Amino acid sequence: MSGKEKILEVKNLKKHFKAGRKGIIKAVDGVSFDIYKGETFGLVGESGSGKSTVGRTIIRLYDATDGEVIFKGENVHGKKSHEEMLQFRRNMQMIFQDPTSSLNPRMTVMDIIAEGLDVHGLVKTPQERKERVNELLRAVGLNEEHANRFPHEFSGGQRQRIGIARALAVQPELIICAEPISALDVSIQAQVVNLLKKLQKERGLTYLFIAHDLSMVKYISDRIGVMHLGHLVELADSEELYRNPVHPYTKSLLSAIPLPDPEYERNRKRIVYDPSILDKSEEPKFREIRPNHWVLCTTKEFEQYKRELESKEQN
Amino acid sequence: MGKLLEVKDLRISFNTYSGEVQAVRGVSFDLNEGETLAIVGESGSGKSVTASSLMGLLPKPQAVIKGGQILFQGEDLVNKSEKEMEKIRGKEISMVFQDPMTSLNPTMKIGNQIMEGIIKHQGLSKAEAKKKALKLIELVGITNPEVRFNQYPHQFSGGMRQRVVIAIALACNPKILIADEPTTALDVTIQAQILELMKKIQKETNNSIIFITHDLGVVANIADRVAVMYAGKIVEIGTVDDIFYDPRHPYTWGLLGSMPTLETDDEELYTIPGTPPDMTNPPKGDAFAPRNAYALEIDTVLEPPMFKISDTHYAATWLLHENAPKIEPPTAVKKRIEAMIGGRKK
Repeated sequence: MSGKEKILEVKNLKKHFKAGRKGIIKAVDGVSFDIYKGETFGLVGESGSGKSTVGRTIIRLYDATDGEVIFKGENVHGKKSHEEMLQFRRNMQMIFQDPTSSLNPRMTVMDIIAEGLDVHGLVKTPQERKERVNELLRAVGLNEEHANRFPHEFSGGQRQRIGIARALAVQPELIICAEPISALDVSIQAQVVNLLKKLQKERGLTYLFIAHDLSMVKYISDRIGVMHLGHLVELADSEELYRNPVHPYTKSLLSAIPLPDPEYERNRKRIVYDPSILDKSEEPKFREIRPNHWVLCTTKEFEQYKRELESKEQN
Repeated sequence: MGKLLEVKDLRISFNTYSGEVQAVRGVSFDLNEGETLAIVGESGSGKSVTASSLMGLLPKPQAVIKGGQILFQGEDLVNKSEKEMEKIRGKEISMVFQDPMTSLNPTMKIGNQIMEGIIKHQGLSKAEAKKKALKLIELVGITNPEVRFNQYPHQFSGGMRQRVVIAIALACNPKILIADEPTTALDVTIQAQILELMKKIQKETNNSIIFITHDLGVVANIADRVAVMYAGKIVEIGTVDDIFYDPRHPYTWGLLGSMPTLETDDEELYTIPGTPPDMTNPPKGDAFAPRNAYALEIDTVLEPPMFKISDTHYAATWLLHENAPKIEPPTAVKKRIEAMIGGRKK
């Protein structure tokens, strides 16, 4: 992994929201991870874990409370001129969960997709603009006739394709996919996931894939981070994470996924997460338990998890 | 196991500005006592409309039952008046909806919402109803029933709210519980708890459950039998093992193939191309034919009947006709079935 180029570094990121006069909600509370060029980094967690807030803070839809987001060597949250901000937004784009509310209902598909091209002055003539949009439509599996229609004329899956075309228009390097398939039907989910994989191969894109559907995340991601209550509790290659989960929360989360296999389901034992078994004697830290496998733990737990992994290996 | 419910050739249409939408086109199935039947399908397949019709909850006047029967303990629910349905709804058949926020009254205390049905259907006094409501709150796994009884829905989390909805649905010991995507809006760990709860209650009360969902993992977990719906019809029905280990309909293959298992790695997901048909004008012949890689010529002309595969397993595809070419399921689907069965033998 070390040979790979880091495209994004998130360092001790915090995002706190004010709740009422005195309350503070620590939606994200000290999260650190790197994303390498060309990979898909999956971020999973239940509602309220802070995974979406991480995505939105990375692209500066929210200002960070503390910590740094470094994208291609530059601090995202540093002071930026209008031009610098434009340049940054060109390189990082986002695909949203709800393909209905994320597309302007009064704009044609042509204008929706070309908005980024216009803002960044990437096309000179109307002819060129049209060609670029048509090319993008074809790339996401739609066709040229769709350009003059409005979002309401499309199904959910098609709308999500329009959202993807819009994100691709400015040729970004990193795309943040915030639950892009959660609102779609099963057979359409598979179509969109296949499309995202195809585009990644063709264009060398990097994805941050945020979702709660764990089997889909496992399928699409190279590495996965598990979030719980604003913290990253575990991070590993996706295969390793599913095979050897270490943190009790990850174990419980994985054991709760129902799989389309009746016999397996009859025998599945759910592990219930009990936070009281965690060691409270010191502040837990993110430690590397095996190469590229990180877990949030105290020194005592670190030794314990290590022993567990070793004994598992021997069996 | 007696037959509790028989649905026979049910047809439901909606009258809209753009014409008649044929949402349900001849659905037949039985529900036995104490079993869980899962109905799966994509949005627009007619699964929720079928469920609403069992409860007499179709929106009027747009929705029209064009034909067929819903026999509940031998009585046809289709011809019942609203007054008569009120006696059945909530008492004999009750329903849990997808969104626990919108199905509860935000201005009413939880306890009163649970008591409402008990008082109406069972004619108990307020004090007795309260006792029963407290028991129900406990049954669905909410701690501190006395305190929770006097709280409002906004004071509950999503999972807890769904438990309240289940408590309301169970208040009169219904024979049939219809659950329309009850866990879709919930997190996986909460989903697991709700599924466990429904199974536990079923064991205790021996009620039947109709479980509507599009999540095949959930189906494998909870169902005894499965009906797969497409474009207003049941295209395949069988025991949960029939459907997952020996699927016969190409649409079922597509559904199974498009969900990655934890073993699926780099290969592409098997997908069903295209989108579901427009039900104002359903295609002639087999509605699935335009998206079906295995479609035969006859599919565009004539609708396939239900072919019997075994006593429990039926599918509506011409591929099962004796003159049809022998076709194997796609390799992706075959591989995963082999992996499922093979993995256990080890």
